[in-house]
Formats: sequence, structure tokens, C-alpha cells
Amino acid sequence: MKFGVIVFPGSNCDHDAYHAIGTVLGQPVEFLWHQSEAVDPYDVVVLPGGFSYGDYLRTGAIARFSPVMRAVERFVRRGGLVLGICNGFQILLEAGLLPGAMLRNAGLRFSCRHVHIRVETTETPFTSAAQPGQVLKLPIAHSEGNYFCDRGTLGELERNGQIVFRYVTPEGREHPSANPNGSLTNIAGIRNREGNVLGLMPHPERAVEAALGSEDGLVVFRSMLESLTRQASSDPLRVSA
Amino acid sequence: MLETEIKVTPELAADHGLTAEEYARVLAILGREPNLTELGIFSVMWSEHCSYKSSKVYLRRLPTRGPQVLQGPGENAGVVEIGDGLCAVFKIESHNHPSYVEPFQGAATGVGGILRDIFTMGARPIAVLDALRFGPIVAHDHASPEAIRRNRRILDGVVSGIAFYGNCFGVPTVGGEVQFEPCYAQNPLVNVLALGIARKEDLFFARARGVGNPVIYVGAKTGRDGIHGASLLASAEFTEESKQKRPNVQVGDPFMEKLLLEACLEAMKTGAVVAIQDMGAAGLTCSTCEMASRGGTGIEIDLARVPQRETSMTPYEIMLSESQERMLLVVERGREQEVLEVFRKWGLDAVEIGRVTENGLLRVLHHGRVAAEIPAHPLAEEGPVYQRPIAPPAARAEKQGRERYAAFAAEGADLTENFTRLLASPAIASKRWIYEQYDHMVRTNTLMGPGAGDAAVVRIKGTKRALALSVDGNGRWCYLAPRVGAMHAVAEAARNVACSGARPWAATNCLNFGNPEKPEVMWQFSEAVDGIAEACVALKVPITGGNVSFYNETLGKSIFPTPTLGVLGVLEDASRTLGMAFRAEGDVIVLLDGELAGAPSSATGGEFLSSEYAKTIRGVVAGAPPAVDLAAERRLIDTLVALAGEGVLRSAHDISDGGLAVALAESCFASEGLSAEVSLEGREPAEWALFGERGARAVVSTSPELLARLHTIAAQYQLRAREIGTVTRGEFRVQYNGRVVVNAAVESLRDAWARALERALTTR
Repeated sequence: MKFGVIVFPGSNCDHDAYHAIGTVLGQPVEFLWHQSEAVDPYDVVVLPGGFSYGDYLRTGAIARFSPVMRAVERFVRRGGLVLGICNGFQILLEAGLLPGAMLRNAGLRFSCRHVHIRVETTETPFTSAAQPGQVLKLPIAHSEGNYFCDRGTLGELERNGQIVFRYVTPEGREHPSANPNGSLTNIAGIRNREGNVLGLMPHPERAVEAALGSEDGLVVFRSMLESLTRQASSDPLRVSA
Repeated sequence: MLETEIKVTPELAADHGLTAEEYARVLAILGREPNLTELGIFSVMWSEHCSYKSSKVYLRRLPTRGPQVLQGPGENAGVVEIGDGLCAVFKIESHNHPSYVEPFQGAATGVGGILRDIFTMGARPIAVLDALRFGPIVAHDHASPEAIRRNRRILDGVVSGIAFYGNCFGVPTVGGEVQFEPCYAQNPLVNVLALGIARKEDLFFARARGVGNPVIYVGAKTGRDGIHGASLLASAEFTEESKQKRPNVQVGDPFMEKLLLEACLEAMKTGAVVAIQDMGAAGLTCSTCEMASRGGTGIEIDLARVPQRETSMTPYEIMLSESQERMLLVVERGREQEVLEVFRKWGLDAVEIGRVTENGLLRVLHHGRVAAEIPAHPLAEEGPVYQRPIAPPAARAEKQGRERYAAFAAEGADLTENFTRLLASPAIASKRWIYEQYDHMVRTNTLMGPGAGDAAVVRIKGTKRALALSVDGNGRWCYLAPRVGAMHAVAEAARNVACSGARPWAATNCLNFGNPEKPEVMWQFSEAVDGIAEACVALKVPITGGNVSFYNETLGKSIFPTPTLGVLGVLEDASRTLGMAFRAEGDVIVLLDGELAGAPSSATGGEFLSSEYAKTIRGVVAGAPPAVDLAAERRLIDTLVALAGEGVLRSAHDISDGGLAVALAESCFASEGLSAEVSLEGREPAEWALFGERGARAVVSTSPELLARLHTIAAQYQLRAREIGTVTRGEFRVQYNGRVVVNAAVESLRDAWARALERALTTR
């Protein structure tokens, strides 16, 4: 399994994702410069958190025009796994690879703390190793994580099981007090219809070592590894060199 | 009129802040009259901010050497070795004046400036801490409702500015402290400490070497913003007109800085970079003449090649601009392309604007004409040095005013309500509302972030080590007794670092004072420096850098003298990091006390009048700070490090603001629902015993099985260790001499403490 972590100008969680994948999980991982289109060698492409292009125009709005995003679109169409974390999620929304948009946090402030999210579906390559309804403790660090979409889109997301994570209380209850940013129906992460693209605001890559306060993020990476292994054994032609 | 046609006169020099004597010195150095550009260059280089002309003679008293110190004061930042071939590069700096004029941008560019100082040395910044001071944000005798609203706005702007810059840049803001006093209302303090890590062989210094080597300008374009920004704003008192200086405040672009960071570190790896310095205060002027001076060379630059944001800028403007996010590099001749290629990759302007020369001159060309020509070394290093008059202030009435403190509460009186009020005072209350706006986790090294322990702890990936950092200062104490107050600042920062399990290793200081031309301010300064020096020697933490901020006065009223100390500690084993939170029900709570004789029973209570409790509950700022016993602090530090290293402790928290009772409560609040039941004995009044702030003490907890080991180690270091209670799940209860004096549900105490700041800052 080989991971590529895209580096946009202003990405600043690229090293964190690299460390989580390379050092903690012991998987092959490389940085992928935003002007490169060479995504083919990778099984998973990660769009890391940060402030691509300073987020000056609108979060993710400029990064989506990076050459690498054209390649990511092709990669997605071919069924490759794409994980967008925080700013990466915002870029995926801007690129149209996931539906909806981000608004400023309801409190209009940047917020960095641990939150709890519930796994809404294990039918994805990003959550297959989790228990249904499992509550994960993960950090957030954003000022624009207030997910929004129109009613029709929300209905579709719900019908298709595309809502992967919701903010909940530590006990797993959905409640406004557990929603850190005003996100629509407490949405913390969604997938595309095909299921190979996940975007989420919390940072699983920051929660892979007990010393840092939580290991709950590991389940996202383990799920991807398991899914890829399954896929590889059932489809020998997909095995990467 | 063209700039070159303006004749420089002594009056014009005076307008630039140069005294007659200083101007005579300019004439002597040049052997002629300066032109306007040269006058501007001298004026910024010899401003208080850049030249340290009032503080230099005092700063020489600070201990700056030690086997661990690779670079003391005088470079962009201090450097200490920390083992494994690694170095910690760190420094604290103020951005006070700009933060009052424009809180958001002032604070943001304060963060930007110190980060550049760190990565200029070849180190990647891994942590930031802030020491902040504001006017009162809740109802206060000495502040009108409008003033309180303004103080809240300033705090909000400063915090947002720090968040904006640090978060986007991608450095975690891992800790800091905030205090509130009326004297900071019109002169807030924003002190930012940054820490970076580099391999020893990868360090860079700002010394222009190699005659003929090209000088390369990198980063943001030069604009008219910030002319006389840091250098002059910070070199005079504030008046009613100061708000008109808003255009002098620089504007920060953290995205540009992030690109600069990555590009500079990558460019350094090519091996073609000879020297590098950021353009901070006094911009192009300071970076060129300092690099030349340190390298024993000269530099010639052509301003026409400097990337400019605006048209028809004059040499004066270009040389004095303090536009942010700019760097100056000296590169090996013949290898320019390798370096330029890196900057091109990151989309940054990088232009060769000049070269290193052998004549020792800073020579500035503009469209073929010489716009300035000044010997670099005298300009950078031979500025005026003043031994300003000093005099202790006339004894102030409130200092004597013990009578203002009505008698101590009666024996056995219930202090729960006072305690709750104390917990909710902004100085003591949780700072969560502030620190949650900072990304304190990015780079995934934060083993202990804000609120979790006495110091912030960041690990160093690839090693077993971690670094601990704490910033501390107590302006009220320094006002009452500058020397003792300053010693406390060092002792508390070192104690905090030790409570996290780390060995205090080195220090940095930011000295915030009033107008140095006033003898009593210089007296405060002199006393404080002596106090810092004495404490740093005793606690073995050499000063490796920092800055001095004078003229913190508005309308003739000075701030409290406020030295803030940053102490860096090294944890050999990151897994031994200690937090303040109690960990398990049934654990034993032990009071560690460095003083051999225990509480000085003969004291009259004067030290108590300077406490947070006396101020908050009784409205008294009087007396003197508790005496400092540096040998006791040393014993406590050594014991804590030994206990932590052996894994004997479950938690450690020093006793400082709010005393023992607050320390106990905070260890409960940081835990998962635990409480404490404590029984104390003593001869002093209960309020004093609970809320007194004598140093050299810490509250620790351990399991009953490890208690004996704790006592053995404490005895080895001649430290008194007294069991005072138990970690429980019940009421928070404190008995004094057998009578219950505090008794409350820990949740109600926590609520008062946890939400006070948010309540104050979100109600308009």
C-alpha cells in the first residue's frame, strides 16, 4: 500500500499525516507536490489540513485549481481512495468531488479541541474496521467547518449513507451542545456516492498515539489498509507495483 | 521637493529622535553632513528599540554562558544544545506598542517577527507561547465601563491576531499566560516566545562573508507600510495622538511567511547559503548593516532592484520600510541559481540586489546614484550607550497600606465563597476561551498543551526527548519590589518546567518597562535585571536572548515593570512528562516545600497583601512579594526532576497565583472528575495558609505504594514532603487546624473557574 500526501502551498498538516502513515502505521508514504500530476503510483491520496494559499479567498478555493487536482479527479474516477482532512475536505468540496460547502463556524472563531464523533456507517473503506456507532475522540482545529448543503443534497446524503461521521456527546448522543461549529445535522464527515472519497473536519492523523491524547484516529487508517488488502486479494490486477 | 534636495539640519535630526549629541556622533562617523536617507538610517538603527542604548549597560550583568549555550544574545535567537546533536533555538520578543495601536495586526506581526528570527537560524519553529497583559475585563474600581469594553476589544483583537498568524503558519501555540491590571489598559503587553529545533551542523548565522558574494532579497515586496513601525513606535511614549500612528503598524501575511519558512529551509539545504537575516524592525537597513558588521565586511545594494509594491518609493522609504515577510540572504557566488530555483518553486520573489564588499561600508545605490554610504560597523555597533540616571521611587502610600487590609477572616470562618470568587477572577480562571482559538496540536508533538500542566511540553520526533517551556512574570510583584519580583519570575518559570518533569536548561527574557528617561523606571530596570541575574545563576539557567521594551507608558503613566521570563527545560524521557491533573482516587496528595524551616511564622502578613487573593477579594495591592529563597527553589526543582525521572509521581503542580487552595483545585479541574480532601495545620491565619503565594512549593500526588519512595527521594534532597490529603470523588474539602474552611462540590467550583473568562468576554 502506498500513500501520497499532497503538499499545497500553505499545507501544514502534511508532515503530521506523513508521520502518522509512515512512522506510526509503518506504511510507505511520499509527499506529492501540488504541481505534480503523478498520482498513479499511489493507492491512497491524502489532502492534508492547513491553510492552502492562506485560505485568503475562500478555504480551498484556489488549491482546487492546482495541477494535482486534475490528476486527483482522474484518480477518483478510477476508484482510488482519497482522504481529505480539514483543509483537504474543504478543497474536495471546492473541487466538486464532494457535495456541499463550508461556512464559518457558528461562533465565528477558530476552535481547537478534542471532540467526539460517531461512525454513522461502516460500509466505507474508511470506516470498515470500526464498530457501527463507535464513538471516536478526535481533535478539530478550524474556523470554517460549518458544513452546509441544500435540503435535496442532505436527503441524498442520508439516503445513500454518505454521512460517515457526526459530532456527538462522549456518550454518543447527537445533541446541539456536541456540535462545535454549527454543522448541518452535526455532520463531521461525508463520502462521495461511489464511496472512495472521504472528507472530514476532525484530524484522525493527530490521534494515532496515546501520548497525544487519543488513538481513535487509527481506525480510519486501518480501515483503508484492510479495504485495500481485501481489494488487492480479490482483484490481482489492482495491485500496485 | 526631491528627497535629495532636503537639507539635513540639527532640527530635522531632532525630529527623527536623534539628540544633539547623537547627531554630532553621526557627523563624526560620516565626516560630513548626512543626507535625508542616511539620517533616516541612523535614526532607526539608533532608536531605543534597535540599539538598546538605555539597557545595554545593564544587560551585561545577565549570565549568558554555560556549557549548553551555543549562541547567547546578539544573534537572531539564542541556541542551546539539548543532546542527540540537536539544538533548541528560542527567543521571546515584545510587540506591545503596535498591539495597542492595532491589536489584531500588532499581535499577528509580533508572532510573525519572532518566527522569522527562529527559522532564520535554520531551525523549524515547533512551538509558540504568549505572555499577555491587559487592562481589567470585569468590573473594577479603577476602570470605567467604557474602559472595560475597550480592554475586552483589545484582548479579543490580540488573541485573534495571534490565532490568525500562528494557525495559518502551522506552528502550535502551546502555552502562555495572561494577567490583568489597570496599568495595562492603554498599554497592553504582547510577548511572544518561539522555539525551533535544528541539528547543530544545520545552524545558520547572520554574518555576511565572502567578498563578491551576491546579496539576495526574498519574500514580500517592499511597501510604504510600517515605516518607523517597530523602531519608532516602540521608542517613545504614547500620547493622545498615538492612534494616528495606525498606518505605521505593519500588516501580516502568514501564508507568505509559511512559504518563506519552507523555501528558506530548503534553500539552506543546498549548502549555497552563506548568511541569512530577516527584515524585521528597521527592515532593509538593519539586515544589511548588521550582517555586514557581524561579518566584518561591507554590503552594497541597488534599491532599484528591490521588489516594490508601490511606485516611486524613495530610498528613504525603501530603506526604512518594515513590510513583513522579507529575508536577506548572502549566497555563494556562482551558486545563485540553485537558491533562486528553490524560491521560484515556492512562488516567491527572489532577486539579487547587491553584493558583499570589502570596504566595510553600507552603500546604497538608487538608479545609479549613491543614496547612502555609511560605515556599517559604527552604524550597527557603535550607537549611543546611556548610563541613564536611576533613583528609587518615593515610597508610595499604598505600599505601606497594610491597614487597608481589614483584619483576616475569623478563625474557622467559611472561606468557600471567597475561594469561589478567586477562582472566577480573570487572572486565575481557565484560559480555555483563549487557547482554544489557537491550534495547539499541529505538528503532532504537543505532549502537554495549554491547561494540562505547569509547562507546555513538545516531543522531538525521532528521539526519546521532549522540551518543556513556561513563560512567567508578575508585574504587581515587580512594582512592589522589582528585584524580588523578577527573581520570582525566573523561579516560577523554572519551577513550572520542573513540575512537568523537565530539567530547567536555559532562559530568555522580555523586559517591559516604562520610559527609561525617568530615573525611577531605570531604577526598576536595574533592580529587575539584577534579580533575574541572581536567580538565573542560582537556578543554572543562562539567558540566551530576548528583548527590551521601554516606553510602555501612556499619558505619562507607566506600566508595572514587567519582566517576563521564558524557561526552557529538557526531558530526557518524554514518556515521563507530568501533568497537573490528579489521576486516581485514593492517591496521596503531598505538599513539597523547599524551605527548610517551613512557613516563616514570624512574618507579619506583608507578603500576603501582594497576593492575588488580597487584590481580588480585598482590593489591596500592597506589602511586598514573598521573600525568594533560591536555594529552596533549587532543592524543589532537583527533587521534582528526580521524582519525575523515576516515575514516582502521578501529578505535579506548583503553588503560585492564588496559593495552595487554587493549586489543589486546578489539579482537580484538570482531572476527569476527581476531587480532593485536604487537612492543613499552621499558625498563620487560614486565608494566608490557603491563598498565600510563597514560592518553592508544589502539590504532587502519588499512589500509596510509591509514597515511601517519594519520601526517600525528598529526604535525599533535604526537601520537606508532607502528606496533606487524598484524591477523592467527593466534595472539595479543606480543613485548617481541624476546622473545615472550604467545602463545595467540585463541579460548582469548576463551573465558576471554567466559564468566567468566556462570560466576561462574550457579554457585551
